[in-house]
Amino acid sequence: MGNVITLMEESVLSTHKAEMDTLLTSKGDSQRTQYPYVTGTSVIGIKYKDGILMAADMGGSYGSTIRYKSVERIKQVGKHSLIGASGEISDFQEILKYLDELILHDNMWDDGNSLGPKEVHNYLTRVMYNRRNKFDPLWNSLVIGGVKNGHKYLGSVSMIGVNFEDDHIATGFGNHLARPILREEWREDLSFEEGVKILEKCMRNLLYRDRSAVNKIQIAKITEEGLTVSQPYSLKTFWNFAAFQNPTVGAEGSW
Amino acid sequence: MFRNQYDTDVTTWSPAGRLFQVEYAMEAVKQGSVAIGLRSKTHIVLACVNKANSELSSHQRKIFKVDDHIGVAIAGLTADGRVLSRYMRSECINYGYTYESPLPVGRLVVQLADKAQVCTQRSWKRPYGVGLLVAGLDESGAHLYYNCPSGNYFEYQAFAIGSRSQAAKTYLERKFEKFTESSRDDLVKDALFAIRETLQGEKLTSHVCTVAVVGVGEAFNILDQETVQTLINEFEISGEEAPINESNVEQSGGDGDGAAPDQRGAAAEEGAAPMDI
Repeated sequence: MGNVITLMEESVLSTHKAEMDTLLTSKGDSQRTQYPYVTGTSVIGIKYKDGILMAADMGGSYGSTIRYKSVERIKQVGKHSLIGASGEISDFQEILKYLDELILHDNMWDDGNSLGPKEVHNYLTRVMYNRRNKFDPLWNSLVIGGVKNGHKYLGSVSMIGVNFEDDHIATGFGNHLARPILREEWREDLSFEEGVKILEKCMRNLLYRDRSAVNKIQIAKITEEGLTVSQPYSLKTFWNFAAFQNPTVGAEGSW
Repeated sequence: MFRNQYDTDVTTWSPAGRLFQVEYAMEAVKQGSVAIGLRSKTHIVLACVNKANSELSSHQRKIFKVDDHIGVAIAGLTADGRVLSRYMRSECINYGYTYESPLPVGRLVVQLADKAQVCTQRSWKRPYGVGLLVAGLDESGAHLYYNCPSGNYFEYQAFAIGSRSQAAKTYLERKFEKFTESSRDDLVKDALFAIRETLQGEKLTSHVCTVAVVGVGEAFNILDQETVQTLINEFEISGEEAPINESNVEQSGGDGDGAAPDQRGAAAEEGAAPMDI
């Protein structure tokens, strides 16, 4: 989408100014993401006894179409961190490129020091906020979690650079559907199985109520020892609730 | 070192493979007043001798706080040292702003060394004429580094630079094996002893020296004059020959509140500290 307009074209176009105004961007500037195209939906992260658990589905929606169903939205960053992203997938890939370079330079020092989740989180906050100030945002909400030196960390950054840390984090619809569950049921000393159960409960809820959710999820775990991302799997769903049977019977305007 | 035909430019090698300008820069460090550093597993102490130009003037600052977890003591051209300290502070602040985390001292030292190296390879620059003892904490514990005008850096358990530093080094060489396990107060005491060694008979008072400490749970801070004087009095080392026998010393507060010199009885068992170089 880089607009290179020759002088001749420009003079021709200027005669059709009115209709062209809407098509022409300012000469020389390139436009970046103003609206997202391929998007991922919620990511949920929680702290548990040994570290962090993060869950996200594998869907990439193109507007209202569920176009891609194998998008990995949780990735590893360095030795100690995980990043999960919702929002524009191509911007997430761009962020992964930035992070790749960051971790590379960190490793090149070769001095026993390494960037932990807190450092990655703050670095991304700076990146997102600076992009927002240039009116060229990376259209993502990010969840960064990890464990370093026994210290668990879980934080979030939005596309406008709002960042915070918490014991449980969610993006997008997850904020409305998953966090209330987590507020009720989250505890400091959750075991791995308990944590997964809570996450699955949240994801199932999202599956029922978020139209851009797909039933193919991955759960990632990171502890002091290392990281594992599960193979994709589906949640069991139940559709025989009484309210789902003949849902239009007695509805407004029906007979 | 004598003048020769290869020493005009920093970019001229001698036939023996030496860069004389760089070596002359290291001489400038040797002419500065002494700075010493020593570390344990959890603390690092920096100390230096302050020499004022005259009785009328104040002494030059040779110890700089770079960040809560890093401090530096310099010897040589203090103006160069000041400029490098400003660079170090800047680097620490920028790293802290981006990562909300303290800059690992090992990385700062490498950046400093690379900066110094540039000046050894440009015909329009000169090497920095200052040696820096960088004390800092990072994830792997307490560190003490020495940065040379040549662009080299070394890590030390204890070190001394500047004029008559050899006296201090001799003292430190005798004692350094204990330093890893030393307490903070013992470390400060050893620093003061080492400073005394370089004074060659001059009386050690807090006007003549500056001491700074950084450690786990203790941000880098320069001890104020009364505290240092109290420590000196406590340890009874202001010019007397007998060092305190280490094993008999009680850790008596050590922070200068209620100085009670109870070391009197424990004096002079190990033999007099050698006052010669």
